[in-house]
Amino acid sequence: MLKYIANRLLQIIVTLFIFFALTYFILDAQPGDITLQYVNNPKFTKEQREALRRRLGLDKPAYVRFFQWMGNTLRGDLGESYQYRKPVMDVLLERAPRTIFLFLTATLIEFFVGYWLGRVLAWQRGTGLEYGITVVGAFFYTVFTPWFALMMIYLFGFTLKWFPIGKFLDVNLWRTAPKGLTANDIFVNLLLTMTILGAALVVVYYLTRRMNPYRASLIRWSALIGGAAITVGFWASSPVAKYAGDILYHMALPIIVLTLINFSGTMLLTRTTMLETLREDYIMAARAKGLPERVVRDKHAARNAVLPVFTSLIISLPFILGGGIITETVFSWEGLGLTLLTASTTGDIPLVMGSFLFIGTLALLAHLVADIAYAFLDPRIRYA
Amino acid sequence: MTTAPADTAFQIQEPLWKIRLRIAWKGLKQNWALFTENKIGLVGLGIILFFGLMALAHPILMHTVWEPNIYDPFIGNDPTILRHPSPPSPRHLLGTDPVGRDVLSQLMYSTQSEFILGLLAAVVTVTIATSVGAISAYFGGALDAFFMRLADLINILPFIALLVVLTAFFDFGMIELALLIGVLSGFGGTTIIFKAQALTIKVKPYIEAAKVAGGSDLHIIFRHIVPNLMPLAFLNMMFTVTGAIFSEAALSFFGLLNLRMSWGIMINTTQAAGYLLGGWKYWYLIVPPGLAITLLCSAFYLVGRALDEVVNPRLRRR
Repeated sequence: MLKYIANRLLQIIVTLFIFFALTYFILDAQPGDITLQYVNNPKFTKEQREALRRRLGLDKPAYVRFFQWMGNTLRGDLGESYQYRKPVMDVLLERAPRTIFLFLTATLIEFFVGYWLGRVLAWQRGTGLEYGITVVGAFFYTVFTPWFALMMIYLFGFTLKWFPIGKFLDVNLWRTAPKGLTANDIFVNLLLTMTILGAALVVVYYLTRRMNPYRASLIRWSALIGGAAITVGFWASSPVAKYAGDILYHMALPIIVLTLINFSGTMLLTRTTMLETLREDYIMAARAKGLPERVVRDKHAARNAVLPVFTSLIISLPFILGGGIITETVFSWEGLGLTLLTASTTGDIPLVMGSFLFIGTLALLAHLVADIAYAFLDPRIRYA
Repeated sequence: MTTAPADTAFQIQEPLWKIRLRIAWKGLKQNWALFTENKIGLVGLGIILFFGLMALAHPILMHTVWEPNIYDPFIGNDPTILRHPSPPSPRHLLGTDPVGRDVLSQLMYSTQSEFILGLLAAVVTVTIATSVGAISAYFGGALDAFFMRLADLINILPFIALLVVLTAFFDFGMIELALLIGVLSGFGGTTIIFKAQALTIKVKPYIEAAKVAGGSDLHIIFRHIVPNLMPLAFLNMMFTVTGAIFSEAALSFFGLLNLRMSWGIMINTTQAAGYLLGGWKYWYLIVPPGLAITLLCSAFYLVGRALDEVVNPRLRRR
């Protein structure tokens, strides 16, 4: 196992190096560079542009710049964004919390809904309900995202006025905000609360693992409801409740759209693995024992069917960092995805490389973690 | 092989190709019966047929009923209508776009290219993924590690940035886009699925038998492993079609592709002219292409789902 992990880590390092080299040269091969942003400005002479290019190091050949970037990155310096005139690290740290909070919440809700519906679907085999949910699910799964999101904004934001349109805060409300309070503080603290609550629930789950099932489920549910109540109470009584509420209110529509678009992927995956599990002998054994259908479904079939779903959850997590470029564009949610899109079309190479550094590393590590987690969850899989 | 020894009591009268054809026909009939058991697949097939008829009808209509300089999808313009975009009317069943072109004609014209794009991308993907998957599963070791890390690499590659660069260098049409999507997804995620399947085939007794009989590596891969990957390949083609049509639409929507006409371009034109949030008044500009993308994508997806049950016996009803 250790040898397998070491081997994979080595492969990851090689892959990452090739990935960075490829992306760097692809970005560099894009026509024009950042200095052309000023080409329409008559006061900006050709000499000034050349000077700016020299200052940014754009006059050197691409491979020299690439190895310079690589060396600096290994020393922990990601360089400075051309667009924002700020260190890349600062830009990324400013944008990351918004993206992570939105997409993490949406992903968790989406997986929960998808898993739950997929379980029902597998059990309702051949009924009208199954066909109905599958057709609706396939519609949402393949719906043209920008079109659908715009329709939803039009319906709920414009016609019904239930939710605000675009951005993540109400400027008029935030004008009166106490000095020094930024939206990022709220995002970071919300993320922190979510992590603490999640960790507490995992601990409760593990402590109650060996208990009597009925008592365990009672304790788990009360922990879930109690934890949620404490969190909501804590935030509601804090002085920034108004501002946190504003952000959550702006988040509602993107989350609804993301959940609708993505739940069916999980749902159809759960259904397939569940149907495959139902053919196993231990399901027949459980039925022969006379266990109620609900127990067979929830305790015997769903537990085993959750493995691929869990893997797909882990693999999809790093893409939270990349964010949905489409979703962020449509909702003008200025997170990492939108930053990446504007940076890559304007030729802001350091910023793009910085984003890819995070996304690429996390994606490859998540793939490894998924493989290892699989071996732990399913004792039949062994890595030589 | 074709002539049986004369002294056997049982003599085969028919030529071999006829027998093979009969067996293939029988298998097809069985699979069709399994496919029709699932109503979802039939719904998908119906939608695909509908779009296929639309694609076929466009050139016919252009040559008979529709006047070319009014209904041309690129340069047509109706001079009898003063203000464009105009709402649906008997002359223009889905109205006209901001430049005065007929929306229905554009929709039908684009259907052809969407089909070509989807099917070409699917064939390329599946061809690459089957061969690479079979080869890396069969040989294993360094070759396998190479292809799998290549797949990882492609999975995290920035597709949009790559396309921006390529569109700057080449005149990027539907065919080139289809080939690119095909190559990227063929060496990317799809290979991983095929390799996993090929691994389960590799340990079957008939592979051992073929080895003992002295079959070469290439013979075993292309005569024994690849044919057994075919059902999965056919299934995966459906999903690739969905992905290719969706990618084209999304990229065109962002204005990143240099195509002449497609469903994504239609939405992009609407957005660029500022009619996107103009309300239901301009529904005929955005709903037809948006719905067409969604319907065709989900149709191929539904057919794929139904094929999944034909291919994978573990999913069938007992």
